[in-house]
This record gives sequence, structure tokens and C-alpha cells, in this order.
Amino acid sequence: MARMKFICDAERCIECNGCVTACKNEHEVPWGVNRRRVVTLNDGVPGEKSISVACMHCSDAPCMAVCPVNCFYKTDEGVVLHDKDICIGCGYCSYACPFGAPQFPSSGTFGLRGKMDKCTFCAGGPEAHGSQAEFDKYGRNRLAEGKLPACAEMCSTKALLAGDGDVVADILRGRVVQRGKGAEVWGWGTAYGNQAKGA
Amino acid sequence: MSMKTTITLGIVCLLAACSETRQDAAGVGSDKPAVAGTGVAVYTDPGWKAGDKASWSNHLKARAQYGQNDHARAPK
Repeated sequence: MARMKFICDAERCIECNGCVTACKNEHEVPWGVNRRRVVTLNDGVPGEKSISVACMHCSDAPCMAVCPVNCFYKTDEGVVLHDKDICIGCGYCSYACPFGAPQFPSSGTFGLRGKMDKCTFCAGGPEAHGSQAEFDKYGRNRLAEGKLPACAEMCSTKALLAGDGDVVADILRGRVVQRGKGAEVWGWGTAYGNQAKGA
Repeated sequence: MSMKTTITLGIVCLLAACSETRQDAAGVGSDKPAVAGTGVAVYTDPGWKAGDKASWSNHLKARAQYGQNDHARAPK
């Protein structure tokens, strides 16, 4: 069974923010919400690395564990999604998430915190696939269209890989063997439970 | 209760903790699987059959390979 995962190859990421732009454009994400962003480690220091970070769709997702209204669910492909009709915008998930993925749009005159918004692995939400209601709440459902997430498919250097865990791991393995370095994948251990160094 | 039954029950209880934690279809779960497709032909990538999980899965694997694996695409 396909188990969808993200990998960001830090040796390739050039901090162009193409993934961020692709995501915002594909899903028409509102102002103030970034489902994906690029983080630079050791910024300004020689050898700095950049990685693209969003919801990693963890194997044992902490957001699911802490949600008081149980609005999260996991698809057969391992994608962590949530139901905005159930979400109360409490923010517990944002404290639990090790990647800072949950986002809360400000709404109204006093900037009230709205319902949580996050990366859906381009898999929409509980509404009918491809419906306007689904697009309005969660964005486009590319997985149901037979496509992979827009961020990874638009990545100019192919630093960001998305898809079946076995396939993306094989692609990265091939690169590491070829160049002889850069096997560290930040966030992989945290998200998918590998106890090896690299979390 | 016989000794044999007690031992069998004990083994079953002990081994129950060895199974993998269920990772799929937890929580709300009212969503249809992605393999069902959107039904909107104009946006759907051709080459797979809606409802056929193996076809959809293989299509995504192939798409990941030709879309993201530049080592496989580049001439040797």
C-alpha cells in the first residue's frame, strides 16, 4: 500500500520559495497562512542549508492525539487530514506539532483565530472530491486527480520529493550514492519514527 | 477452566502487544479514498482508472519517477 511521505533534500534546496508559491497558488491559500515555508539552518554561516517544511503527515501524528474534538483523520495512504466543520480552532495541534504546520487565519475586525489550516498533501478534505466546497475549505484535491503535491512537482531543483515513501526514499538513495554525501533528512525520524540520526 | 485454555489466553494477551499500531483510516474517516477520483475529467491526469487502487498507485509511482527522479531521466 502506498504510504505518502515528504522528503526535502537539503543538498539541493536553493531557498527559491517556489514550493511556497506553488502551494499558495494551487490552493488559493489566504493572506497570513503559509501551509509550506522554507527554513534556513545556520543562516549566513558558510555551509548553510535550507529545507522546505510543511505538515509531514506523521506516522503517529501528535496533532491527532491532542485534538480535543477529534477532527483529524488519516487516509489509507497515510495522509493526515482534518475536518474544518469539527475544528474549534483551539490551537492545541499547533503546540503539539514538531514542524509548526497548523496555521490559523485571522478573521474579523479583532483578528479572531479561525479554523486550523494546514498542508493536505494536496488531498482535499472530507467533502466530495473535486467539489467547490472542498476547494473552498482545503484547496485542490490533486491526489484524486492522479497527481502528486504541487509543491514537489513545481520544485525547480527537485529538492522536495513527495509521493509513495518507498519511491521517494529510492530517489534520495540514488542521489546520495551518486554524490557521496547528504544522507541527512531533517524531520524524517521525527515524522516517520526512524530512531536513527537525522531527526 | 483448564490449564491449556488459561495458557492459550495468556499467550494471546501477551502477543497482542506485538502487533503494529493501526495507522490508517482513524478519526473522522468520512472521506472517500483518493483512488475514487474527482469525476472531473478535465483536471484528471489520464493513464489510470478511477476506483482501481493498483492502477492509481502505479500511476503515482510512475509520475514520481519521471517527474522527480532526474537521475533516471538524464542521459548516462
